[in-house]
Amino acid sequence: MRDPHDVMISVKDLRMRYGTNDVLHGVDFTAHRGEVICLLGPNGAGKTTTIEILEGFRMRSEGEVSVLGTDPAHADENWRARLGVVLQAWRDHAKWRVRELLEHLGGYYAPYSTDRIERPWDPDELVAAVGLTEHADKKVRMLSGGQRRRLDVAIGIVGRPELLFLDEPTAGLDPEARREFHELVHRLTDDDSTTILLTTHDLDEAEKLADRILILNHGRIVADGSADALSRQIAGEAEVRWTLDGQRFVHSTTESTKYVHELFKQHGDAVADLEVRRASLEDTYMTLVRQAESPLVEVSAP
Amino acid sequence: MNAIRHSFQMGVKRGFLESRQTLTNGEDLFNTFLFPVIFVVVMFFMRDSKLPGTEFSLGAATVPSVLGASIVFSGMLGMAGILAVEREDGTLLRAKATPNGMIGYLVGKVITISVGTVIGMLLVLIPCLFLFDGIAPGGWTSWLGLLWVLALGLLATMPIGAIFGSLTTNARSIGLIMLPTLGIGAISGIFYPITALPEWLQGLGQVFPMYWLGLGMRSALLPDSTVMVEIGQSWRPWETLGVLTAWAVIGLTLAPVVLRRMARRESGSSVAARREKAMQRIG
Repeated sequence: MRDPHDVMISVKDLRMRYGTNDVLHGVDFTAHRGEVICLLGPNGAGKTTTIEILEGFRMRSEGEVSVLGTDPAHADENWRARLGVVLQAWRDHAKWRVRELLEHLGGYYAPYSTDRIERPWDPDELVAAVGLTEHADKKVRMLSGGQRRRLDVAIGIVGRPELLFLDEPTAGLDPEARREFHELVHRLTDDDSTTILLTTHDLDEAEKLADRILILNHGRIVADGSADALSRQIAGEAEVRWTLDGQRFVHSTTESTKYVHELFKQHGDAVADLEVRRASLEDTYMTLVRQAESPLVEVSAP
Repeated sequence: MNAIRHSFQMGVKRGFLESRQTLTNGEDLFNTFLFPVIFVVVMFFMRDSKLPGTEFSLGAATVPSVLGASIVFSGMLGMAGILAVEREDGTLLRAKATPNGMIGYLVGKVITISVGTVIGMLLVLIPCLFLFDGIAPGGWTSWLGLLWVLALGLLATMPIGAIFGSLTTNARSIGLIMLPTLGIGAISGIFYPITALPEWLQGLGQVFPMYWLGLGMRSALLPDSTVMVEIGQSWRPWETLGVLTAWAVIGLTLAPVVLRRMARRESGSSVAARREKAMQRIG
């Protein structure tokens, strides 16, 4: 049993309607202290709406939501000070210098320092933590896309948040900047017990960063678990590859163990280069999303 | 530590930081100098014309009027423009995501814009004191008069600007309030006495703060002999105080409501949607 005080986010039957259009149809989940949760789903699945409701930036239509023990719809600045939000910057604060901006924005958190958590983060240490030391005195508009995103993260964590939200943090980043970003998130979760909720539609990213993945599709959570558990949950097909007398073979099956057993029984030592690949997260994801889109489709193919 | 008071202090810091950024940046410096230089040149060429019915230079008489009008341009249009732009680029959302950040943001803007207004006025005033005789004949009383009109003018114009800035959907619609403001400038007796206009236009001009700011500045900085060309041959200080206070009260009552409504609607996706729209316009 987990300590109930460790529940950072609790969402029950969350619904959101824009006019007559239902975007969320009863989302349920909980997040505990120190967890990194990834909200995964195709565009328009309701990821951003969900995260904005949790951030207190959007009013929900129905349901119970508690973030750090408080309803975000009625939360005060005391609550706000315990959260971090990583925004996708565009060109705000272009004339500010990196360190100057972090020092200024951090300043607002000073009254919210506690015995346990000293706020804000020291600007020099923070600049170093996100790897921007050599750009500390640069104007924000002179930063590259990847540097800018690291600054966004720095701004998000300047108040040493207990809970950090990131909405599609790597959208528009090149592979190298994306990798740097992933390393940064790993450092954050290693050093502190920061709880992180991030959204993405990048499966690879979800698999790399998350302890737990929630797949959101058409306004519902259709799967909840670690990348590994999700692949297992969908007893999907495994791919069996082997060579026989120099010729390559591939076969998909839901009962890979049995199939391999049969294979050896039939060909014995002639079977070489055997590989059994369980369904990847991508396969799981595609299955779940497809399943939700047209419920009549048979999941376990032949 | 009181968090609200603390955020006011942060706002003051922010205001001066941003003012410094403006003054150390080529593009902003150009914008700061552009209008004062144009006005000084215009008034220089008006120096030999006389205020009708007097021997006083029309150029010199225009100096205080331009100072008054500049409060409207920089206070109202400045505030509206900056809110519209910074809502679009996400600065406001950042403030919203920071504890008491909105208070700090707004206090900062009030300071940045006030500093900008004062600098713009000095850029007109200082060269004109060398170019013309007869400005500020009352010495200290003249300067005190200028200060109260300036203070009241900022109070009357900045909240109205904040309202317009909150109501616009994108930065470009600021042009929509720019044109009417220029129109009001034409009927506010800035470059020529308002008494030269038909009476109904005089009446219309007197509804808006610009006329009264011009009048207030003239009453502070011009010799009393020039009151001849004013409506009722009077500086009408009480009316000036009354109209500007009325605008300040309207603005300060409505601005918090409109600002709060605007802030409530800010979110990552609203900023993203505006960014997308802006990108389409560029691309």
